[in-house]
Parts: sequence; structure tokens; C-alpha cells
Amino acid sequence: MSADRDRPPEPEDAPPADSRSESSARTSTELLAVRDLRIWYGTDRGPVRAVDRVSLDLAPGQALGLVGESGCGKSTLGRGLLGMLPPAAATDGEIRFQGRNLIGMSPARLRSLHGPAHGMIFQEPLTRLDPLMRVSEHFEETLHTHQPDLTRDEARHRALSALRGMGIPPTRYRSYPHEFSGGMRQRIMIALTLVLRPAFVVADEPTTALDVLVEAQIVRILADLRRNFATALLLITHNLGIVAESCDRVAVMYAGRIVEEGDVRQVFGAPAHPYTRELLASTISLATTELHYIPGAPPDLVDPPPGCRFHPRCPEAMRVCPARDPVDVEVDVGHRAACWLHGPESLVPPGMDARLTQGAIGVADEA
Amino acid sequence: MPTKPDPTDDALIEVRDLSVHYRLGGSAAARLLGRDTGAVRAVDGVSFVLRRGEVLGLVGESGSGKTTLGRAMLGLVRPTSGRILYRGRDIGAARERDLRRLRRDLQMIFQDPHAALNPAMDLGTAIGHPLRIHRLAATPAARHRRVVEALERVGLVPVEQFLGKYPADLSGGQKQRAVIARAIISGPSLLVADEPVSMLDMSVRAKILDLMLELRRDLGLTYLYITHDLATAKFFCDRVAICYLGKIVEIGPTTQIFAEPRHPYTRALLAAIPEPDPSRTVMRDLPRGEIPDAARPPTGCAFHPRCPHAFGPCGWEARDLRALLESRWTRIGDDRYRAEQSLFADLAELDTPGRRIQIRAAANAQGLLDLLTEMRAVDPAEPFWRGVTDIQIDGDRVVIEFAPPVEPHLLPMDEVAVSCHLYDANLSPDAQVSDRTP
Ligand SMILES: Nc1ncnc2c1ncn2[C@@H]1O[C@H](COP(=O)(O)OP(=O)(O)OP(=O)(O)O)[C@@H](O)[C@H]1O
Ligand SMILES: Nc1ncnc2c1ncn2[C@@H]1O[C@H](COP(=O)(O)OP(=O)(O)OP(=O)(O)O)[C@@H](O)[C@H]1O
Ligand code: SF4
Ligand code: SF4
Ligand SMILES: [Mg+2]
Ligand SMILES: [Mg+2]
Repeated sequence: MSADRDRPPEPEDAPPADSRSESSARTSTELLAVRDLRIWYGTDRGPVRAVDRVSLDLAPGQALGLVGESGCGKSTLGRGLLGMLPPAAATDGEIRFQGRNLIGMSPARLRSLHGPAHGMIFQEPLTRLDPLMRVSEHFEETLHTHQPDLTRDEARHRALSALRGMGIPPTRYRSYPHEFSGGMRQRIMIALTLVLRPAFVVADEPTTALDVLVEAQIVRILADLRRNFATALLLITHNLGIVAESCDRVAVMYAGRIVEEGDVRQVFGAPAHPYTRELLASTISLATTELHYIPGAPPDLVDPPPGCRFHPRCPEAMRVCPARDPVDVEVDVGHRAACWLHGPESLVPPGMDARLTQGAIGVADEA
Repeated sequence: MPTKPDPTDDALIEVRDLSVHYRLGGSAAARLLGRDTGAVRAVDGVSFVLRRGEVLGLVGESGSGKTTLGRAMLGLVRPTSGRILYRGRDIGAARERDLRRLRRDLQMIFQDPHAALNPAMDLGTAIGHPLRIHRLAATPAARHRRVVEALERVGLVPVEQFLGKYPADLSGGQKQRAVIARAIISGPSLLVADEPVSMLDMSVRAKILDLMLELRRDLGLTYLYITHDLATAKFFCDRVAICYLGKIVEIGPTTQIFAEPRHPYTRALLAAIPEPDPSRTVMRDLPRGEIPDAARPPTGCAFHPRCPHAFGPCGWEARDLRALLESRWTRIGDDRYRAEQSLFADLAELDTPGRRIQIRAAANAQGLLDLLTEMRAVDPAEPFWRGVTDIQIDGDRVVIEFAPPVEPHLLPMDEVAVSCHLYDANLSPDAQVSDRTP
């Protein structure tokens, strides 16, 4: 074990007394307020409108699930919120994080937020753990970079309690990454993100490659984190079960837009948008006795269909759907959907609520 | 429901006591780990019969040996011991020339369709490739006809649009369809599908599974479906084998295993599945601990360090005490951790194998014994203590003795077979798992 200093051990299990308690003391309910965010990638075929006029709010300690088929813009939105987009991407709109607009902020200032304010958890753990560095060295380096005034002993203490929270015992502090199982490495990675106690974490498919038991552990850890540190979480996943279990709210994304958003129970229990209904029906669960899938595929975001972008695949499409962009309608308290089925009637011209006849969609036209 | 024809009893492949061990060479990793000798027991004494026309699911955690077993069945990795009988021949011992012929019959679909396709080869060429290597088409025109037919079968239509495309032009689902077309073109009888849908989104997943069911019906295929996703396994498979650390711990008809899981590991897996049903968001009960290192599997039953029902004969050893201490140390404060840890002369002694361990105390053995006594008093239900038969001080050390380990084997119960001592009347007083449920 590492040689312990002659300093007396610090009081233990005290609530974290540092930047985090300050941020939760802030009384503003919103940590993050996104308004009319657009993100597009310049390509030789024209701009790919990956995120198209997205608005959403996130409070401290809240977890928002983001779901939708492949290519709907989930990762782009997640990275955009953290200011971690590739150079080919352009943004427009407003991302207010702790009161400051991130859009237009200099790259250097954005970078200074990474770590202490923002964290991102990616899918593959080994890509970010250096095989030649001990776990202890990873933590010392991260803490030294972001919080240079911590003493070595304080840093060790912080690291050990972050690892404990992930179920990694202190006896393993000086081990190398390959001496751990895949699930443990994933948790070490998460501990490394969380040791800085970020106010906001984006987890982009953190469990896709994992089996149910490891996945369940990670979901539990993310829940603890929100409870203990009021960390807000954006969880991107294809697994609706995980969203149901670990998020307060869910946003359903289709072709760059949020088509429905609300409390998880409300949205999954009584989905308002046909896309959400179709997505839920396609999910294979233990109760599945018959396969269901959405015909066709999400559109090419260089040239998406006019009006409601889901209309070519929607079983309930009406004549108004290709003609006009649907608007956000509050279908219940805190539950919104953008679909003409929910009106507002004042915007649907007479006769335009008649069924639309659709062309056939080939089975292989898929994402 | 998918049509699940009564699997006829004739065996397509019979696996007998198969083991595949990977030698850990002098790699940098192995040296750093200090385990330069030994082997990873990726597959360790597995037997089962794959029946003609059935879908057998191989389900288990990452690293449980599923891919290795699938590859062994295609002759892609040589068994360390045991046999894989296909049409009266042992695939594991076949010569390379014979294997090449066998591979027409035995094909594989991989998890990552992107990596499975050559980016520089158009679809027509890639899908016709097996016909060329196995010389299955007499003329280029005949080959073309079969490529067109395969593309139609997997739904890549209109075919003319897809023949000249490259993998980069295709979506994930379309790539997986192309991989399937290439796998069926040689007219195989078995497809080993290794996580064929886990990288796809839900809607596409359903389409690919639907396609696979259709192909089974139309072409009379048999599948070995490898996955860690229990929901698709439940839907897709006629029978499932639950794997843990290189062994099958439970095998039987899907409906029975899901309705009445018997092995504690199967139960843990089923309990861990999140359901998108918002009315069912109870916290899941998870087994503790980690998947053990396959290079140093636990003695007795490999699941015992995580099993809530484990008892005397399950294979207790010193490592289990170490895990118990480490788990305690993740829960108590740093100061107490340091104090407790300093009672031990050398924690590495807790890695000693054997039924009897001696732990040297740094200063006094009584302090060490007191710690163990306290741990037992705080959590008397901890299964570890069921395996301890004696614990006492001997000079400057504490000596612990464990009950003799017994290795479990598959015990037939109805149509299911389970590998767990709870069902062995000779070992378990009541041989009923439900009676032991806390
Ligand atoms: N660097 C880039 N340049 C150009 N287009 C891009 C780039 N990154 C993503 N895109 C496009 O933007 C759209 C949204 O992609 P994004 O990765 O955000 O989707 P996603 O919802 O995360 O999908 P998945 O579920 O497959 O991860 C897609 O059409 C994608 O092809
Ligand atoms: N070529 C190899 N050399 C050494 N060890 C190997 C090799 N291939 C696999 N292993 C080890 O064998 C064990 C079983 O691996 P395998 O890939 O068969 O598991 P799996 O069940 O398919 O896991 P996953 O769900 O992660 O794909 C693991 O411990 C793995 O690390
Ligand atoms: S707006 Fe029209 S096409 Fe779009 S989801 Fe609603 S009903 Fe369907
Ligand atoms: S034999 Fe059965 S009871 Fe014993 S550890 Fe294994 S699974 Fe648990
Ligand atoms: Mg993504
Ligand atoms: Mg595998």
C-alpha cells in the first residue's frame, strides 16, 4: 500500500465541503437552460442539421433520458451542451449553463469548464485509461490539473472516496488498468469523471457494451451521484428500461428535434407522440411476444421531409402533417409533444385533419 | 409468437466435455499481473447437444466464454480437450483441409457488421466471395444468380441498387443484412450468431431478428445465438444455456428457465433486467462483487463469491475473506480503513489458496481475531461464515479453516439441468432453493 503521511487522518464521511455545496446553494432552479439550439455539420452535400431548434431545461440533481433511433442527433446534442463538438460543427441559439451562455464562449473558457463543471462519460472505458499509468496516477493527474491547490494527501483522500463510491476498494488504488475487469474499469472511468464533482454529466450510451449486472451497477452509481452531489445527468441510451429506471424525465428525439418531453412515467405510461409509441412498441422486453418495428428509417438530415419529419413513417399522419411544422403543445402538466394530433386546432385548417395516404416503405430502408 | 417448431430430437452437433484454455504467455500484461504461468479457462468442461432446427441461446456475462465456444464450434479455435461432433466427425480435431469444407455448413455472424465487411469490396463481390472460395458456382453467371437470390432473401432490394454499393454506403442494419447474406449463400446448416443485434437500435434490432426467424423457417437453419441480452434470448430461442466463467450453469427450454429460474446466477440475471414499464421501477437486487478472473477461477462453485445462497461445500477460501474485507473498506472511513489494514502483516497472505490459511498479525493476533469476530457479529448472515469451520489464534497468527470444496455438476431436473449444490440432496439439507431465500 501507499506510504501514508504523518498527517492525522481527516474526518471521514463528512458531506463534501467544497465547490459542490456552493453550487447547490444557488437557488436558481435551472442549471441548464437550452433555447432554440441548432447544430449543423458542414459537408459537401450541404449542412447536416443534426440538432434543429431544441429547447430544454435541467435542474440540479435531475436526470434526463434522451432516446431515439440511430442518427437522430442525440450524441450531437450531448456534445453540443458541453461545448465538445468537432470543428466541422456550427451552433446557433442559447445554452445557458449556471447563468452563462456557452454559445460564443471562447474555446479556452469552455475548456476551463470541463472537469469541474462538466463531465462526459463515454462508452469504451479503456480508451481513456492509460495502460501504463496506475489508477492512483490517473487521479493525481486529473486532480492536479483541475484543482492545483489540493495537497497530495487531500487528492488521495478525494480519489479514494470517489473510488469507494464506485465499489473499488482502497487496496486497489495502486493497480494498473488491466488488473481490473471491464466493469471495474468502467467504474474507475466514472470515478475519474466524478472526482471533480461536476455539476453536469453527459453519459452517452455508458452501458451499451456491458451485460445486465454491470449495467445495473452503473445505473445505481449514477443515481447515488445525483443524490449525493446534486449532479445533473443527461443519459443517452437505446435502452428504454434504463431510462425508466434511472431518469426523472425523458426527451424523445427524432430527426434533430425533440418531439416529446416529460416525466418518465407520463411519457412511457401515456405517450402522446406517435413516434414515442412506435419506439416503445419496438422495444424487445421480457414481455415481448411479437416483434414490432417502425417501417423505414430516420431521414437524411441534409434534406429532411417537410412539416412533421416523422410523417412518411407515421401511422396516424394527416394532411396537415407534411404541410406545416408541428408546434410544442403541453398535453399535460410538464409534458409536451409536437404533433398535430394534439393541435392546437386553431392552426389546423379545415379538412386538413383527414388521413394522409402513404406510399409503401421497403423493409430494408432502415437506419 | 414466432413459430417454434418442435425441435426434433436429432442432434446436429454434440459438444462433449469441451475445454478451451488460452495460455497466458509472457505478455507484458501477464508479467505485470504476476501470473506468467497458467491459463485462462475460457471454456471449461462444457457439454450440450444442438438439435437440428433449434435456436439455442448462449447467455452470460462478458468474459464467460460465449464467443470462444462459438468459435470452437466452427473450428476457428482449437479445443484444449473434449470433442465437437458434427456428422460423425470431430470438428476440434479436423485437419485444416476438412475444416474448409465444413465451413460451408457452419457459418458465423458477428456483432460488429462494420468490421465484418471489407470496406474496399462492393456487396456483390463480398457476398459472392464464399461461392468462389468453396467453388460452389460453375460460372460467373451462376454466381451472380445466387448473389441476387441471397440479397433478395435478406431484403436488400431492389437488388440492382445494392450490388455495387460499398459498406460505407450502408446503415448498420443494412450492413448486418449483407453479412447475413454472405453467411447463408453457401447453404449452411448452422449459423453461430455472436451478438448480431446488440450494436443496432431497437427498431432495427427487431427487423434483423425477424429476418433471422424467417431464414430459419425457409432454409431450415439451426442457430447458436450468443448474447448478454436476456430479453431477445427469451423471445428468440427455443432453449437457453446460461454460462458463467466458462461453464454452463443452467440449460433447458426457454419458457421453463424464464418462468422458473433455478440457478442463483440465472435468478440474479433475470432480476437485473430493467423494464421500460414505468409502473415497475423498483430498485433491483444485485449480486455483489465482480466477475472473477478466468485465469484464477474460484474453487468449488465459481459463483460462490457472489452467491447469496452459498453454503459450506461451495468452495470457500482465503480470497473470499479478502473480498469481504475490501468490501467493508469501501464502506468505512479512511481512518478506520488504515487502522484495520495495519493489523495485517501482509495482505498478500489472503491470496494463498487452500482450505487452511494462516494470517500473520502485524502486532497482535488478538486484534486481528477481534476484527474478524466483529465482522461476523455485524453481519452473521454473510454466506462466508457458513464456510468457516474453525478460527483460532496460533502464536502471532490467526488460523482459519474452511469446509472442503465440492465442484458442482449439471444435475438434471425435469427438462432443465442445473449446476448448483442447493439441488443436490447429498449436500444441501433441504435441496430446495426457495427454502433458502432470505
Ligand atoms: N462529424 C460529423 N460530420 C458530419 N455529419 C455528422 C457528424 N457527426 C454526426 N453527423 C451526422 O449527424 C446526424 C446525427 O448524428 P448523431 O451521432 O448525433 O446521432 P445519434 O442520435 O447519436 O445516433 P446513434 O444512436 O447512432 O449514436 C447523423 O446524420 C450523422 O450522420
Ligand atoms: N485470444 C485470447 N487469448 C487469451 N485470452 C482470451 C483470448 N480470447 C478470449 N480470452 C479470454 O477468455 C475469456 C472468455 O472470452 P470470450 O471472448 O469467449 O467471452 P465472451 O463470453 O464472448 O465475452 P463478451 O460477452 O465480452 O464477448 C475471457 O476471460 C477473455 O479475456
Ligand atoms: S404531426 Fe402528424 S405525422 Fe407527425 S407524428 Fe403527429 S400525426 Fe404523425
Ligand atoms: S453451488 Fe449453488 S449455492 Fe453454492 S455458490 Fe454455487 S450457485 Fe450458490
Ligand atoms: Mg450517438
Ligand atoms: Mg463475446
